[in-house]
Amino acid sequence: MNVELSRRGFLTAAGVGVAGTSLGAFGFGDLEVAHAAAIRPFKLVNTMETRNTCPYCSVACGVILYSKGDIRKGENADIVHIEGDADHPTNRGTLCPKGAALKDFVKSETRLKYPMLRKPGSGTFERISWDQALDRVARLMKDDRDANFIATNKAGVPVNRWTSVGFLAASATTNETAYLTYKVVRSTGIVGFDNQARV
Amino acid sequence: MTNSWTDIRNTDLVIIMGGNAAEAHPCGFKWVTEAKATRGAKLIVVDPRFTRSASVSDYYAPIRQGTDIAFLLGVINYCMLNDKVQWEYLKAFTNATYLVNEGFTYQDGLFTGYDENKRDYDRATWEYQIGPDGYALVDDTLQNPRCVWNMLKAHVAAYTPEMVERICGTPKDKFLTVARMISECSIPTKTMTSMYALGWTQHSKGSQNIRTMAMLQLILGNIGVRGGGMNALRGHSNIQGLTDVGLMSNLLPGYLNIPVEKETDLNTYMKSRAFRPLRPNQTSYWQNYKKFFVSFQKAMWGDAANAQNDFAYHYLPKLDLPQYDVLRVFEMMHDGAINGYFCQGFNPLLAFPNRKKITESLSRLKWLVTMDPLDTETSRFWENHGEYNDVDSAAIQTEVIQLPTTCFAEEDGALTNSGRWLQWHWAGGTPPGEAKHDNWIMGQIYRRLRALYEKEGGAYPDPILNLTWNYKNPDEPTSEELAKELNGYAVETLLDPADPTKVVLEKGKQVVNFSVLRDDGSTACGCWIYSGCFNEAGNNMARRDNSDPGDTGAYPNWTFAWPLNRRILYNRASADLQGKPWDPTRKLLEWDGEKWAGYDVPDIAPNAKPDVVGPFIMNQEGTARLFARGLMRDGPFPVHYEPFEAPIENVMAPKIRGNPVARIFQNDVADFATSAEFPYAATSYRLTEHFHYWTKHNWVNAVLQPEFFVEISEQLAQEKGIANGSWVRVWSKRGSVKAKAVVTKRIKPLICDGKTVHVVGIPLHWGFMGRALKGWGPNSLTPFVGDANIETPEYKAFLVNIEPTTGPATS
Repeated sequence: MNVELSRRGFLTAAGVGVAGTSLGAFGFGDLEVAHAAAIRPFKLVNTMETRNTCPYCSVACGVILYSKGDIRKGENADIVHIEGDADHPTNRGTLCPKGAALKDFVKSETRLKYPMLRKPGSGTFERISWDQALDRVARLMKDDRDANFIATNKAGVPVNRWTSVGFLAASATTNETAYLTYKVVRSTGIVGFDNQARV
Repeated sequence: MTNSWTDIRNTDLVIIMGGNAAEAHPCGFKWVTEAKATRGAKLIVVDPRFTRSASVSDYYAPIRQGTDIAFLLGVINYCMLNDKVQWEYLKAFTNATYLVNEGFTYQDGLFTGYDENKRDYDRATWEYQIGPDGYALVDDTLQNPRCVWNMLKAHVAAYTPEMVERICGTPKDKFLTVARMISECSIPTKTMTSMYALGWTQHSKGSQNIRTMAMLQLILGNIGVRGGGMNALRGHSNIQGLTDVGLMSNLLPGYLNIPVEKETDLNTYMKSRAFRPLRPNQTSYWQNYKKFFVSFQKAMWGDAANAQNDFAYHYLPKLDLPQYDVLRVFEMMHDGAINGYFCQGFNPLLAFPNRKKITESLSRLKWLVTMDPLDTETSRFWENHGEYNDVDSAAIQTEVIQLPTTCFAEEDGALTNSGRWLQWHWAGGTPPGEAKHDNWIMGQIYRRLRALYEKEGGAYPDPILNLTWNYKNPDEPTSEELAKELNGYAVETLLDPADPTKVVLEKGKQVVNFSVLRDDGSTACGCWIYSGCFNEAGNNMARRDNSDPGDTGAYPNWTFAWPLNRRILYNRASADLQGKPWDPTRKLLEWDGEKWAGYDVPDIAPNAKPDVVGPFIMNQEGTARLFARGLMRDGPFPVHYEPFEAPIENVMAPKIRGNPVARIFQNDVADFATSAEFPYAATSYRLTEHFHYWTKHNWVNAVLQPEFFVEISEQLAQEKGIANGSWVRVWSKRGSVKAKAVVTKRIKPLICDGKTVHVVGIPLHWGFMGRALKGWGPNSLTPFVGDANIETPEYKAFLVNIEPTTGPATS
């Protein structure tokens, strides 16, 4: 089994190598060295690399996320660049106009940051805490399930069906999230359960 | 996909029909380019538009949307009449030789058993003739008029090149060129691959569109071979995974079924799932169904699922309808029968047909919970955005809770690509603000709901209270823990049934794959087809060895492909009855006298003799079905039916509108238009710069394609006085939108049944949220009707009208 590999060490070494030897070898004088020092360093130096796959279409191209900070060490990791993974057998490093702009999705201004509530009849969302949101969701589910759960049909056969609440799952979540979602939704008896596969 | 993206390089002929891979799946399409460059492969594109796929094709033929079955049955007819058939494959590997029940007939567009009031068939006669030994009768000489081959020949005879031209609008010479190119792949050393997508699924007969091509591929001997297959280019990154894991109304993980009401206990449920072989010596692998079902129940409910209680059979809901699909659920919502709804990463306000009805339905909910990384239209359906979302917020009494989730870059786990590869990925970034991983959110919802049931009691809490929840941190199950559960493990120590002194697997260990699952409760497995993904060897989905032994395009050590790391489904069919590859240069497997061996995991028992056991092991026949028996609601053979809204009548069966067994809700009948009212044939599609309704939130993509437009021909533009780049209004019986007109040579009028048909193309990427300009999607216009078998909405063929207009009011 392979784990994700970091090329940070390699890049750092290469970066040092360029500055220390190549410039000199090409005969640069002081002026050129000063000029080289003024150039913004290669932006991927000292970034953490993480292997991932594109979340758009089903080709599932390999991508590499470059972040400042190592999430595995519990650091805040800010993604600064995303590019195609040259080791990936399907896309071999290439990306399409969507995949090439993936960082804009991660960094989109309309990424959601906080749980929000829109009250009946209101024209706006208001911020709430996760505890408020989740307790409210659990309460709404419990009350509706208790009121509308169909335990048996007319013949007395257990049917254990909850039809008055539905759940749409997401075709961009992982298999693992999908399975967890399956467990939770099915354990309640929800039958109005679907994902984008039908659409 | 039966094959994989990287296998496309092995083909001789690519047919793109019902899709547009160059724009919608660009980096996968690269393998078409590779096949063209290195093998001299040819590319055919059949589409109403001259797409970018068409622009690099070797041959392009136009077709009217919604008429693919007529075209493909025409190709099958051509192959039959011109002896372009892979005969050895056909006779041995399909049910061509099987005799069909004497009571089965077809006339005027309908098969035996139609009930107009129920819009359904009694399918009892759609069966084989069964001999006294319980096996299907066959005629290996193909002489018997009731054999499938002769029945099919009679069925397709009407689909002449002239009839194809009349229905599809494809000029006869173009149709014949395509048919000839395809038919050349009937020799064992030439292979065609079919690449299709939503252009085939989003029709009221979508399943039969795909089935017709599958039949053609079988007649040509192109299933199970390198460079061949039926390759569904799934629309989303993990739509394959969500389907595999069974997140659909009527499914359990791994394509098992949720019970229906009449299946009152486990024995009754299993009775219709015996899967007794229909021919001697056949595998009929679904005979293992109970092992997979019981192992799933054990994964769900552990000790609470045991032999005494039918393995918690009654914990599962029982369906009283075939399925509570999304159209039915929104119909119920519209009727006020749904109180609460969850949208996890789903934007139905733009994704479901007849947006007016969707808005009305959402407005009748008591509460809506959305979980998404992005601020979606659905979560703001109640917010007024002028004519783009003209609602009265104060009148909408729905409580909306919007939950922020992480995106791909902030989470670990696996997605299953179109080629069935389960590819693990790792989190590389910190989520913004308080956005949370879906595992945490689902875990929290469960934990809090469970706590309420523990404290208060309530309606049948058992399945909730007894759900397996043995995670290290019960507040947030990790993806690794869940992947291990999907793979399966030994609940008890497993002993070898042949020699009980031998231990097969110690209690608690991960099963190696689904072959060791049992039906006695001693194994647990969340999704049997995924078993093998995370066994004692570790996380096989995280494997990153990109070597390719034999240069076959299989990459067998890259991640994990279901089932059993098999890269090409039905791969035993790549060899003949002696076990020799049909094409030695494209060997996949070979019989060495004792076993199958080669470049892929054999899709058959390794010691199954090639002249005895058929390659289609999931079927009771051991062969593939040209005649589908009663397994498709709309017929054992495909039939041309017009879309529900079509620019011409059904010329083969004028009395029939749409698919005669597609479900229609009475409320929607008045919303179907005729061509007299709405003369133009509309279709919907994606652009290469956008992914659904996500990328309009991205600055770069919004810059690349900023604004909603519709695409029309120069001829229609001239007729209606529409200038390129000017504003038009496009409306159907269900809604109206405004867009910029793109007047193009890519769409040309078609002549169908003597009538000029203009096509209007409507891309689907705009709404009222995000960075791009506000606009609409085709769902404001499309009809509320789905495929007869699986209820995928008819998005690709409907009627509209168009006229010049002024732009929307700017605020």
